[in-house]
Amino acid sequence: MTASTHLRGRRGALWLGKFARLLLTVAVTFFGLLLVTFLIGRIVPVDPVLAVVGDRAPKSVYDRVYLELGLDKPLWEQFWMYLQKVFTGDFGTSFLSKRPIVDDIARVFPATLELATVGIIIGTLVGVPAGIWAAVRQGKWPDQLVRVLGLVGYSAPIFWLGLVGLLVFYAKLHWVAGPGRIDIAFEYSFTPKTGLVLWDTAMQGQWAAFANAFSHIILPGSLLGYFSMAYISRMTRSFMLAELAQEYVTTARDKGVPEWRIVWVHALRNAAVPLVTVIALSYAGLLEGSVLTETVFAWPGLGQYLTNSLQNADMNAVLGGTLVIGSIFVGLNLLSDLLYNVLDPRVRRRA
Amino acid sequence: MSALTHTEPRGTRAWLLSDHPTSRRQARLGQSYRTWLALRGNWLAMVGLAIVLALVLVAIFAPWLAPYNPILGQDLNTARLLPPLSPGHLLGTDDLARDILSRLIYGTRLTLMVVALVAVIATPIGLLVGTTAGYFGGWVDTVLMRFTDVVLAFPRLILALAFVAALGPGIENAIIAIAITSWPPYARLARAETLTIRDSDFIAATRLQGASSVRIIWKHVVPLCMSSVIVRVTLDMAGIILTAAGLGFLGLGAQPPQPEWGAMIAGGRRFLIDQWWVATMPGIAIFIVSLGFNLLGDGLRDVLDPKGRK
Repeated sequence: MTASTHLRGRRGALWLGKFARLLLTVAVTFFGLLLVTFLIGRIVPVDPVLAVVGDRAPKSVYDRVYLELGLDKPLWEQFWMYLQKVFTGDFGTSFLSKRPIVDDIARVFPATLELATVGIIIGTLVGVPAGIWAAVRQGKWPDQLVRVLGLVGYSAPIFWLGLVGLLVFYAKLHWVAGPGRIDIAFEYSFTPKTGLVLWDTAMQGQWAAFANAFSHIILPGSLLGYFSMAYISRMTRSFMLAELAQEYVTTARDKGVPEWRIVWVHALRNAAVPLVTVIALSYAGLLEGSVLTETVFAWPGLGQYLTNSLQNADMNAVLGGTLVIGSIFVGLNLLSDLLYNVLDPRVRRRA
Repeated sequence: MSALTHTEPRGTRAWLLSDHPTSRRQARLGQSYRTWLALRGNWLAMVGLAIVLALVLVAIFAPWLAPYNPILGQDLNTARLLPPLSPGHLLGTDDLARDILSRLIYGTRLTLMVVALVAVIATPIGLLVGTTAGYFGGWVDTVLMRFTDVVLAFPRLILALAFVAALGPGIENAIIAIAITSWPPYARLARAETLTIRDSDFIAATRLQGASSVRIIWKHVVPLCMSSVIVRVTLDMAGIILTAAGLGFLGLGAQPPQPEWGAMIAGGRRFLIDQWWVATMPGIAIFIVSLGFNLLGDGLRDVLDPKGRK
C-alpha cells in the first residue's frame, strides 16, 4: 500500500513537472505572439498619432498625443507598455467604432464561435464514420470515394463554394436563408443573453426564430463542416487502419466477436484518443477558415470584423483580433495536448 | 565458362534499373526512375501531373492561347456580361466586357508566379533554420524552434492578413506574407531529418577532415533533407494557391485590373444571381489547379514516404 501511494506521489510530481513545462511553452509562445503583433503594428505605414487626433489637429495636440502614446521612448520600452496594456485587457480603441477593442471582440466573437461549433459538429458526425468506412473497405470504392471527396474539400476555395452554395440553395432553390445570422423580422423576438442565437432562441422557446436562425447557419456551417470533414475523415482512416492491423483485433475475430463490434467498439475506442487531438485542431482551423466564410455570408463575427478593420486600416482592431485568434489557437493546441494525456493510459503511465 | 558470364542487359532502362550503379549519377537517376515508375502506376497522381504540366504550358504560351486582351475590354455596349458559349467568348465576358477565358489564361501566370516565388523564398528559410537548429542542438536549437513554434501558432491566413495590412496590398506583398507564414513546417521537417543524420559516421569523418560547420550543413546535410522538404512543398502548393486566392478575394492580393483568379471572383460577386459565370469560372480554375497539386502531392507522398509503403 505504501508502495502504491509512493508511486502515485511520484507520478503526481512527474505530472506536475510536465504540466509546468507545458505552461512555460505556452507562456513563451504567447510572448512571441505579442512580440509579432507588436512589431507588425510598428511597421505599418499608418501614423498612430494621426489615427487618434485626425489630420487637422494643430501641432501642439499632435506632439502631446505623440508623447502620450510613448512613441518617443525606445522600442523595447514601447513593447513593455504594450504588454502591460494587453495584460490589463486594454487593446486600445477602434478607430472605426470608437469603442474599446475588447468590447468589440466580445460582441462579435459569439457569432464566430457558434458557426465554428456547428461546423465541427457536422464535420465530426460525417467525417468519423466516413473515415471508418474507408478504412474497413480499404482499397475498394468507398475508400476511393472518401479520398476523392476529401481531396475536393482540400482543393476548392471556401469563399467560392460559399458563393456557389448561396447561388444554388438560396437564390435558385430557396432551401435556406441568405446571408446574415437571422432575419430582421425575428431579430427582436428574443433577448440576446449569450450571443449564441441558436442557444438563446431555444432557451426562450422562440421556435420560429430558432428555425430562421437555423436556416441561416446551416449553409455556412455545412461548408465549414465539409472542410473539417476532409481532414477528420483522412485522419480517422489512417488511425483505424493502424488499429485494425493490431493483434487484439485478430484475437477478437478468432473469438468470434461480430465484425461491427470489433470496428465500432474495440478499434474505434483506441483510435479515438489521437482523434480527439485532430478534432480539437480542426476546430481551431475553422476559426481561421471562417474569415473568408464570414465575408461571403455577411456573418457578423470575428473574421468579418477583422477584414472590415483591415480594409479601413484600423490597426488596433486588426492586431487585437489577430491576438485573440492566435491565443485561441494556442489554447486549443494546449487543450488537445492535455486531452491526449488524460485519455491515453499509455501516455499517462509513461509520463 | 559461358554459364558464369553474366550478360549485362543493355539499354537506358536497364542502365537506370541496374543493381550495381557505377557512378553516383547513375544511382541517383535510377532512384528517380524507380520513383517515376511507382508514380506512373497511380492514375490519380498522373491526372495531377497532367494538370500541373498543363498549367505551366498555358502560362508559357498565354499570349498565343488567349483570344483577347485580358485587361482591355471589348465594346461595352454589345459585349458586356455575355453568357458562356456566346460567339467568340467561350466562357462569356465580365462587366467590363473582358473575355473571361483570356483572363483565366493570363491568370495562370500570376498563380504560377505566386507558387514558384513562395516556394523559392520559403524553402531555403525552412532548410536553413531547420538544419542549423538540428545540427548545432542545444540553445541554438531551443531558440530557433521556439521561434518556429511562435510563427506556427498563428493561423496562417490571419498572419498573412496582418502582414499584408502592414506592408500594403499588392501581389508582391501577398507573396512575401505567404512565404513568411509557410516556412515553419519545412524547418521542423528539416530539423527532424538533420537529427537522424547528424551523428552518422560520414558526418564525423567530414568533420575530422576539417570541414567547417557551414560546409557540413550546406554540402552534406542540406542535400539529404532536400527531397522530403520538396515533397512537403509540393503538398503545400494547393494551400498556397488557396491562400493567395483568398487574399485576392479580400482585395489584399493582386490589384485590379490584374487577372488574378481570387480577385476575379470578388469582382463577379456583385452579379452572382443573374450572371453567375463571372464569379464561377475563376473558382473552377482555382479548384482544378489546386486539385492537380493535391493529387500530385498525394501520389508523391505515397511513393516517397517509406511508412506508407506496403
